[in-house]
Amino acid sequence: MGIADQAVEQELRAYPILAMSAAELVRDYPRPKPQDVQKREASGMTPKEMTPKEMMDPFPPERRPYRIIEAMQAAKLTRAIWSERQLQEVMVDFWFNHFNVFALKGAVQWMVPAYEREAIRPYALGRFRDLLRATARHPAMLFYLDNWRSTHADFIVPAGPNQGRRLGLNENYGRELMELHTLGVDGGYTQQDVIEVARCFTGWTIDRPEQGGGFVFRSRTHDEGPKRVLGHLISAGGGEKDGERVLDILIRHPSTARFVSTKLIRRFVSDEPPPALVDRAARAFRATDGDIRAVLTTIFTSPEFFSAGAYRAKIKTPLEVVASAARAIGAEIEPSSTGAPSAPSGALVLARQVAKLGEPVYEAQPPTGYADTAEAWINTGALLNRMNFALALAGRRLPALRVDLDRTVSGADRSQPQQVLDRLLTAILHGEVTSETRAILAAQLDSPEITRVTDNDRIPKNTDVQKLAALVLGSPEFQRR
Amino acid sequence: MAVLAFGSLPRFLVRTAYAEGRSTRPRIVIAVFQRGAVDGLSMVVPHGDPEYYRARGSVAIARPAPGNPETALDLDGHFGLHPALGPLKALWDGRRLAVVHACGSPDTTRSHFDAQDYMESGTPGVKSTPDGWLARGLQALPAGSPSPFRAVALGPQLPRILRGDAGALAMSSVADFDVKSEMVAVTGTVDARRGFESMYERGVHDLLYGTGRETFEAVKILKAASPPRFPPANGAEYPRGPFGERLRQIVQLIKADIGLEVAFVDVGGWDTHAAQGNERGQLAQRFSAFGEGLAALDRDLGARMDDVVVLTMSEFGRTVRENGNRGTDHGHATAMLVLGGPVQGGRVHGRWPGLRMEQLYEGRDLAVTTDFRNLFAEIAIRHLGVPAVAPLFPGFPIDPARYPGVLV
Repeated sequence: MGIADQAVEQELRAYPILAMSAAELVRDYPRPKPQDVQKREASGMTPKEMTPKEMMDPFPPERRPYRIIEAMQAAKLTRAIWSERQLQEVMVDFWFNHFNVFALKGAVQWMVPAYEREAIRPYALGRFRDLLRATARHPAMLFYLDNWRSTHADFIVPAGPNQGRRLGLNENYGRELMELHTLGVDGGYTQQDVIEVARCFTGWTIDRPEQGGGFVFRSRTHDEGPKRVLGHLISAGGGEKDGERVLDILIRHPSTARFVSTKLIRRFVSDEPPPALVDRAARAFRATDGDIRAVLTTIFTSPEFFSAGAYRAKIKTPLEVVASAARAIGAEIEPSSTGAPSAPSGALVLARQVAKLGEPVYEAQPPTGYADTAEAWINTGALLNRMNFALALAGRRLPALRVDLDRTVSGADRSQPQQVLDRLLTAILHGEVTSETRAILAAQLDSPEITRVTDNDRIPKNTDVQKLAALVLGSPEFQRR
Repeated sequence: MAVLAFGSLPRFLVRTAYAEGRSTRPRIVIAVFQRGAVDGLSMVVPHGDPEYYRARGSVAIARPAPGNPETALDLDGHFGLHPALGPLKALWDGRRLAVVHACGSPDTTRSHFDAQDYMESGTPGVKSTPDGWLARGLQALPAGSPSPFRAVALGPQLPRILRGDAGALAMSSVADFDVKSEMVAVTGTVDARRGFESMYERGVHDLLYGTGRETFEAVKILKAASPPRFPPANGAEYPRGPFGERLRQIVQLIKADIGLEVAFVDVGGWDTHAAQGNERGQLAQRFSAFGEGLAALDRDLGARMDDVVVLTMSEFGRTVRENGNRGTDHGHATAMLVLGGPVQGGRVHGRWPGLRMEQLYEGRDLAVTTDFRNLFAEIAIRHLGVPAVAPLFPGFPIDPARYPGVLV
């Protein structure tokens, strides 16, 4: 439905990984196996004599699991820059971050494409309860927050390599479910609630995670006793339904409406969400049973959204810096590089720039995801990196990308630097630039480094568009949304 | 002032005071994180414990045998260094290297991700801690050292341990910490820095401009101090690769006297689940670069090591028994190294819990007898001068009687 997005769909065909299941990815991008190393030993080489490189030789670079993450990263940049459905992509990013999983934690690496595709993307503008349900049951979340190995307190492994080992309750998911996904840290739950919630989710596990298996409920590891969660009694014998009951309780809890609304407002309006707007958005959340579109409509039509205080109040995240810069100057991926196994694609090159600015996508280790406030992104090293990114992009020093600034400033007379500058300010900042910055940029036009004055005055001045564009992309104004 | 509302100190305003004052050189901590869980039982081998050889076959390091370089290097009759750590033996003999064995976290997790997180936040079991313990320590230090380079991580990103309001920064390399202006060959060297600087210098009215000004101040300080003018001294030779290179640059920053108090560097490759090797092999190669790097740093810094404590850490150790793949799996306690002038060296600190079945943690791992927070607290408080009441480790009572005693 909605906006056609054929160009991006075409571009994304370079990444078949996006459509693959965890099981297929385990098969095609296997973990380097110790058995294979031993096979080599049998052939006469001992590990003592082998360099790490020799030991890794049976696992060629194009089949390493990290290629999966790279494909996801390249696809993320492709969508962020060129998708016509920008709100959809922003919300996919928002919810992935809200229900964060770290792509490099063990088996999660094979599960991430399916996680985004199945648990996040379909519901990004849908209902909160669907997101919560889908993430709660997804192997990526079960693995990342350890619920797959959480059992009732007395469970002893009956067979296999861990036979005889006593497992037990793991509180990780129970805690983060309330602290980060629904109620918020001050949302009114206790340590006892964490334990009770974790007991409800025992048995929610994964059918052979290392082989990319799916969700399975194992009644023999489930805690069958009665539980009490946030004052609600969950009677004994509920089995798999215990977890569903918890999700229902959390979805309807007023703290959830407030917590989720606050985060959305922080994303779209200001680092410090106005309390009156939080009230109204939370009311919309409750009135519509968590309809995300309704909450967003409340936010986007609010006076706070259009207020002077909110105007350009947000500092861009690294992903936003890179995506908006590439879009502003019309950067294109060089077709020859797309999908080539050896060279990184232009989209991956940009993803690596995002990582350099501090936000390697899909690689946020903590369950909090990445921060959404200015002070997390602005420090001396980070600001330098932003300026250097502007220089590298405009100066065409990033491989596999085509940057044609002549097109950006087409129509401007190159011998008239002021015209070129105006054209760049329109393209990159929509003309919205403070008079001070405009004056400083205009002052640069007198520099022979910007406008090359030749000895021969019959040749007109020729503005250095690359440098001027870099200055605009690295300006304070461009760091704001 | 709006800048205060963001919780960011306008450090550059007081920088001149720093440059003029301060006759004494700062005390320095260099933290080295061995990510991936180093096998402490191979790094510092308990060769005097017969259980060690009962539990391990192909990955065991042989008992010290004088004249045979492929055996453990005896330290005290009970412990020995891995032979690939030979360059550190002289430091031990000079009483500048100490070991804290059976050190680790009270948390039971065997997840790299969780355990690293806890070791850096300093709050085992609590994931919501927003900042790192080294950042909290620096923040609690008395004001008067506002250098933009007081805390530097060599690497692309600021590690968890330095996140917070201490003004720490990450740089991939000293050379990278500048505006890269050599962008257009045809126009020759151009100074894009000037253009950026004038845009950012107009005010301090918010975080962006404040940080912008600070950034260019920092770039100028670094340029003026010119760390690259300090080549390795005293014949120090750093191993090739990112670890050696980063240590070399940390030393340059120290010699450049720009107010560095805490430096941080990562070194990976310790997750030896298979084909770990013994005196030679995969792990030995990692130790070789690790030991050479630390020894080169010590040699290069020379007398400056009187102000420096190097602290190594790793999220947990590895199983006492080797697994079916001639490797070891995720365990519990490991060994940490402390080296430098102020160190009570030539000793293995901490209580040895033993390797008999009933002495092991969960019947499989070396038990923790020194909570890592007691080691970190001793160094932060007694060396860096962090006040003991500072919130270094929230919820953890600081008790000097529990320090392992690694400092003189």
